[in-house]
Amino acid sequence: MATPVSSQALRADDASVSEARSAFSAAAAPLLAGGRVRGIGFKDVTVAYGGLVVLASLTLDVRPGEIVALIGPSGSGKTTALRAVAGFVRPTRGRITIGDRDVTDVAPYARNIGMVVQNYALFPHMRAEENVAFGLRARGVSHAVVRERVPECLRLVGMEAYAKRFPRELSGGQQQRVAIARALAIRPQVLLLDEPLSALDAQIRRSMLDELAKLHRDLPSLTVLYVTHDQTEALTLADHIGIMRDGKLVAFGASRTLYRHPPNRFSAEFLGRANLLPVTSLEPKAGGLAQVRFGEAVLAATNPHGLPQGSQCLLCVRPHDLRLREGEGTHNILAGIVESVQWQGDLHAIALNVQGHKLRLTCAPLGAPPEAGTPLALAFDPHDVTLVPETPPEKPGG
Amino acid sequence: MLVWSKAGRVLAWVTAALLFALIYGVPIGVIALASFSGQWNDVLPSHLTLAHYINAMRGDSAEQTQVSIITGFAASAAALICGSWAALALRNLMRLPRRVLDVIFFVPSAVPSVSVGLALLVAFSQPPVLLNGTRAIVLIAHFVLISAFTYGNVAAGLARLPPEYEQVAESLGARPFYRLRRVILPLVAPYLIAAFSLSFALSMGELGATVMIYPPGWVTLPVGIFSLSDRGAIFDASALTMILALSTLLVLVGLSRISSRAAVR
Ligand SMILES: Nc1ncnc2c1ncn2[C@@H]1O[C@H](COP(=O)(O)OP(=O)(O)O)[C@@H](O)[C@H]1O
Ligand SMILES: [Mg+2]
Repeated sequence: MATPVSSQALRADDASVSEARSAFSAAAAPLLAGGRVRGIGFKDVTVAYGGLVVLASLTLDVRPGEIVALIGPSGSGKTTALRAVAGFVRPTRGRITIGDRDVTDVAPYARNIGMVVQNYALFPHMRAEENVAFGLRARGVSHAVVRERVPECLRLVGMEAYAKRFPRELSGGQQQRVAIARALAIRPQVLLLDEPLSALDAQIRRSMLDELAKLHRDLPSLTVLYVTHDQTEALTLADHIGIMRDGKLVAFGASRTLYRHPPNRFSAEFLGRANLLPVTSLEPKAGGLAQVRFGEAVLAATNPHGLPQGSQCLLCVRPHDLRLREGEGTHNILAGIVESVQWQGDLHAIALNVQGHKLRLTCAPLGAPPEAGTPLALAFDPHDVTLVPETPPEKPGG
Repeated sequence: MLVWSKAGRVLAWVTAALLFALIYGVPIGVIALASFSGQWNDVLPSHLTLAHYINAMRGDSAEQTQVSIITGFAASAAALICGSWAALALRNLMRLPRRVLDVIFFVPSAVPSVSVGLALLVAFSQPPVLLNGTRAIVLIAHFVLISAFTYGNVAAGLARLPPEYEQVAESLGARPFYRLRRVILPLVAPYLIAAFSLSFALSMGELGATVMIYPPGWVTLPVGIFSLSDRGAIFDASALTMILALSTLLVLVGLSRISSRAAVR
């Protein structure tokens, strides 16, 4: 997993979809009329602080009009990657492009980027409308345009009624909207969002997430790089997701593909908290499936990465893909002992011990949930579970 | 609140009030009384009079008040501009050079004002730079003595300013000067005003250096008070002291009102 992957290598065959969409959207979005749709390119971008590498040769493409989420644990270099695009950190190596323009040596104020930072950083001495107008005024845009565009942007985020308020008179969610309006007012070619929802409480976060999705439907030609540590946000919004760890991109792919077929252990665990069981692959079967051995049991699973026969690998089972076995059947059965049962309102979460390995399962609330200590048999559909290559533990300092 | 019981709170307030009266109230009260007295031989003065104030309003003293205020404003304004400039310039330096320059900027505030006066006297008493006997040397002395405080105040304000504001402004297309004018200066305005107030108060009260270098025709209030009391005109000196204190206070109150309006955060 130490080797960073390039986004091109993992790109699925959806190029035509994105192209078609951005062509459509350029006409559909009056707010961005006139601006060309541009993507973001990282080519071998490395950032080091005093010899400490915090971003290691990142190569990644954000296609025009697409939302790419960078997710990863705290300190994995997500913000650094974003700030490199904005121009606030200088790569020690590599190039950054916006559209076909190389911006690596361009000053931040000349990059035409919309940026929303984690704490919004609305200018406290300006009213909401003045905040939104700031970028336009700084560029010397005429008063007539400012007067027209500021209400337009505030309306886009549903804040037109709050134009005269100072930031301190707005709630966190409202400040967030104003910050987005401020970033959009300059008609940026790309929008950078750094954990934009992390300062909000759970309920507002959920509704802001819907609003962001709607915003992108309204402005489909806007290219967005979205940094978060929250998998729900990434899966909800992003077309593609990049998973970062220790300054490296360890996985990149279309959100659904990455979720269903994680390419390594870290991705499987970070995106969706998968159960991972050590198995040995036995023999390929028809339809992209493979047979694997788990202890005594023989199971079938999808083998998207084409792992060879006899290799040690991991069986990736999502908690919601496991079913309590009903009736008889001998295929794809995992037998274990119930360790704990939790009722969480809309679901039951059951922890099991399966041949010494811990397994988590979630299901719709049960009328008669199993008791702790009782045996339980589980079944799964081979198309829902994936074989993941097992990488040797990383060397320290590598 | 640290003291919960009612009796305890009353006791704390009484103690604080007594201490305050003793340390601040008595000296100021005595001077205030003295400035109105015609004679003071008993516990309390006799023959209360406004004569000292009338003296002060006439002739030299009025001019000294004017000189002090002009000096205070000019030196504080210069210190504010230079101190802010320095603080802004040094903000983005690496840690070690900034530390060194920080220390250098604070040196004048550590040197006794008499030494600063003497140093200026010696340094500028010969051509090519002959400043002895000019007003400029008074302004320079005040500037040297107060610029450290201005720098310190503005640097503290800048250090507390989150970097995001400037970065967001920059990403929105604002060039350096525009950011300075529209974002940084408004956000540190309360610190700028505090710096100016402090400088002004220091300059108004400055005696040590001024008394060594002042030219005839540019006598500040503290120097005037000093020479009056030296001649034994204690009551006149008291009246002048009251004028000094009140005019300083007036300017500071005015500035603090501007400051609280600027402090929107
Ligand atoms: N200005 C800086 N100087 C030194 N180290 C930094 C600086 N900014 C970030 N880092 C380090 O870079 C690493 C990645 O940081 P960051 O990109 O903010 O991570 P993330 O956003 O994924 O949490 C962290 O280990 C952090 O300590
Ligand atoms: Mg971060």
